[in-house]
Amino acid sequence: MMQFPQAQALRVDKADSLAEAVSGRRGMTSTQREVWIRRLFILAGFFSVIVMALIVLFLFKEGLGLFFDASVSDFLFGEFWYPTYDPPDFGILPLIAGSVAVTALSSFIAVPLGVGAALYLGEVAGNRAREILKPAVELLAGLPSVVLGFVGMVVLAPLMQEWWDIPTGLNVFNASIMLAIMAIPTIASISEDALHAVPRDLQEASLALGATRLETLTRIMVPGAMSGIGTAVILGMSRAMGETMVVLMVAGGAAQIPGSIFDSVRPLPATIAAEMGETPFGSEHYHALFAIGIVLFLLTLGFNLVAAYISHRFQQRGAATL
Amino acid sequence: MVSATAPASAAAQAAAGTESPIIEVSGLDFYYGDFKALTNIEMNVKRNQVTALIGPSGCGKSTFLRLLNRMNDLIPGTRVEGSVVMEGVDLYGQGVDPVDVRRRVGMVFQKPNPFPKTIYNNVAYGPRLHGVKDHKRLDSLVERSLKASAIWDEVKDILHQSALGLSGGQQQRLCIARAIAMEPEVLLMDEPTSALDPIATGRIEELVKELKLRYTVIIVTHNMQQAARVSDETAFFYMGKLVEMGDTEGIFTRPNKEQTEDYITGRFG
Amino acid sequence: MSTTSLAARRLRQNLVFALFRVLMLIVMGALGGILLYVLIHGAGALSWEFLTEPPKNSMTEGGIFPAIMGTIYLTVGAILVALPLGVAAAIYLSEYASEGKVLQVVRLGIQNLAGVPSVVFGLFGLALFVGYFKLGISIAAGSLTLGLLILPTVIGAAEEALRQVPDTFREASLGLGATRWQTIRKVVLPAALPGILTGSILGIGRAAGETAPIMFTAATFYTIGLPRSPLDEVMALPYHIYVLATAGTHIEATRPLQYGTVLVLISLVLGLSMVAIIIRTKMRKTKKW
Repeated sequence: MMQFPQAQALRVDKADSLAEAVSGRRGMTSTQREVWIRRLFILAGFFSVIVMALIVLFLFKEGLGLFFDASVSDFLFGEFWYPTYDPPDFGILPLIAGSVAVTALSSFIAVPLGVGAALYLGEVAGNRAREILKPAVELLAGLPSVVLGFVGMVVLAPLMQEWWDIPTGLNVFNASIMLAIMAIPTIASISEDALHAVPRDLQEASLALGATRLETLTRIMVPGAMSGIGTAVILGMSRAMGETMVVLMVAGGAAQIPGSIFDSVRPLPATIAAEMGETPFGSEHYHALFAIGIVLFLLTLGFNLVAAYISHRFQQRGAATL
Repeated sequence: MVSATAPASAAAQAAAGTESPIIEVSGLDFYYGDFKALTNIEMNVKRNQVTALIGPSGCGKSTFLRLLNRMNDLIPGTRVEGSVVMEGVDLYGQGVDPVDVRRRVGMVFQKPNPFPKTIYNNVAYGPRLHGVKDHKRLDSLVERSLKASAIWDEVKDILHQSALGLSGGQQQRLCIARAIAMEPEVLLMDEPTSALDPIATGRIEELVKELKLRYTVIIVTHNMQQAARVSDETAFFYMGKLVEMGDTEGIFTRPNKEQTEDYITGRFG
Repeated sequence: MSTTSLAARRLRQNLVFALFRVLMLIVMGALGGILLYVLIHGAGALSWEFLTEPPKNSMTEGGIFPAIMGTIYLTVGAILVALPLGVAAAIYLSEYASEGKVLQVVRLGIQNLAGVPSVVFGLFGLALFVGYFKLGISIAAGSLTLGLLILPTVIGAAEEALRQVPDTFREASLGLGATRWQTIRKVVLPAALPGILTGSILGIGRAAGETAPIMFTAATFYTIGLPRSPLDEVMALPYHIYVLATAGTHIEATRPLQYGTVLVLISLVLGLSMVAIIIRTKMRKTKKW
């Protein structure tokens, strides 16, 4: 290991032989200390990975207990969720159906609005409009989910009930609207970043050929930003699927496979949140809820990995290279 | 590498320079916000000739070039005063759509910028914008443009491969083909070879001399030797003003203004 | 050459751009509608008493002071966890990392952690902090859980702040013989401080609004007085809203207070966001580099 003369001069009070360095921090050369500091920071970087591993570990630790008695396919495909009956039923198919229904419908609403907002901000808005509206979208992103759940429950549900003469306003449709509001800022800001990243000289080339701004947008920029927009949509959907408070307060709470958008459902996160409070620690129901957590975790992990793959794979399209 | 319409353009060539100018610029001032970047430019551009714009960095030659196809409209806070008249129409007049201007005045940029599409689709991009859908018509347009850009032989078998796989020099010739597929009247070239190696540069200079048979070419270059090789007329810009303009040989051997002479002899720039 | 006329193309552009405007208007309408509605219905409940008194009379009267304090305790705890870990990870990413598998794995880890649903964090917190570490339902467990939740936010903001420090500063310091760590500690970190601060504020705002992670790890409906130790349960604003609106004993009667609590929470979160945005814009204007 090289010894830098300056480093030694700075540490006249500390011995600097290799033997002393091995025995403790005091007396380490500065270079050796740097190595340890570097290692420390690498460890800090890995911390997220460690946490992910711990999440998997503990979810499985608490959730796998269910599968001593019940089978995995009974759990995933069972049509009845009656955890408090005797004997209890732990089939989560209706819960999965509920999650799928609200995620799908909210995406139908959120994708056009989110991408539309991104296109507006990227291409139509003037500078002053953009300066106000872009932070406004960020503000929308900051609204706590419990607030959206509250508004959906207290404002939208009674309105819906009255307008369409339905038994309850707490249903798939309501939850999808509120979830869409949560997903739109995510979709909009990632899409807008993707549009922004399309190289300017391609835009110029298109305009110089006599294309209108719209034609440049649809033929050059959106195709160039496609992978980013795709990522945005998938992350938005992942967000909608994992959201708890909105579906807890607004989706209705009935553990059934929905027949129409006005039916109540109980998506996966809502089930966990609603029932954990009353479940005895370590009971079968407790394990079942953790098992639902595993399913939810794996689903959102799947979405996020797909998004990461798309954004990585299509990284290199765009600029001309010399 | 002679263009298919040689006979017609030879006649045009003979008439070149004697007809009315294709572009007349009068009293042109250009402002970036408060900064006056161009002052009182008066210029007549002769048809079917190559006009070179030279001058030191920052003198306004590229800015001026971009005024001719209204690309500066894209920069907020800019202002144009004066007129740029092409075939009787003031490009900056009321009711003139910049999109239309850019159809008639094409541009090739300093750094080749082909779209991440196939070679064919790059060239067909412009015509498709205008609604040309007929397969055969597009095919012949693409072939004609690629031939006129002296690149047909190199790409005729790989038309449906990505344009990004071509070398820098090939990409630039592709960009030229893309621009002339629009059949513009004037072709603007903004330092088209500054990012290319000497061999590619040479090929493009040859190409420019052919292009003038069908188009009027205005080329900005920071390389005086290139201007001398390629152009018929040269305009010297300095600090936002058009200092001197005349036939190329005259400018380079017997410049009238001292500034021109200083620049040409390398005393600054 | 013009088979499709320019006028037709212009018209198409105007129509489509108008459509984009409408979509944006809808989104802004949703934001505006929600804020306005909460403001109108909640402003009436706001008063000095509301903010400083505990609830009385089965929550139908009084204030939400313990919930406000609880939220403060939880978010302070969360940032105490997330800030050192987050900045350290950001330092790794910005200053020490080199391209390769290791970096890819780390980035993937952070991205996926960011995508974990908040209720799964709640389960994790319950299993690890409440159960395994035997902290019980407590501020400590809640803060740790929230801290992990906002970790990716803090890492992201801190990394960006560090990257914005120009390389010339680092080169100058190293050129004078300083070690990498000395450079980071004395030159890079101080310069990145405003950005890190902004990131922390955003993290706090996020933590303040989350319900699911604290539902089974820290929050409770009613505490007598304020918590005395980190091992106590605590009330919190988002949880308070949830319970009052869904499971409280006097849902209709407490409605005004629910609106009031929502207004307080929104004000807190949006207020923090705006502070962060203001700091960020000010930084951009006064930066000397």
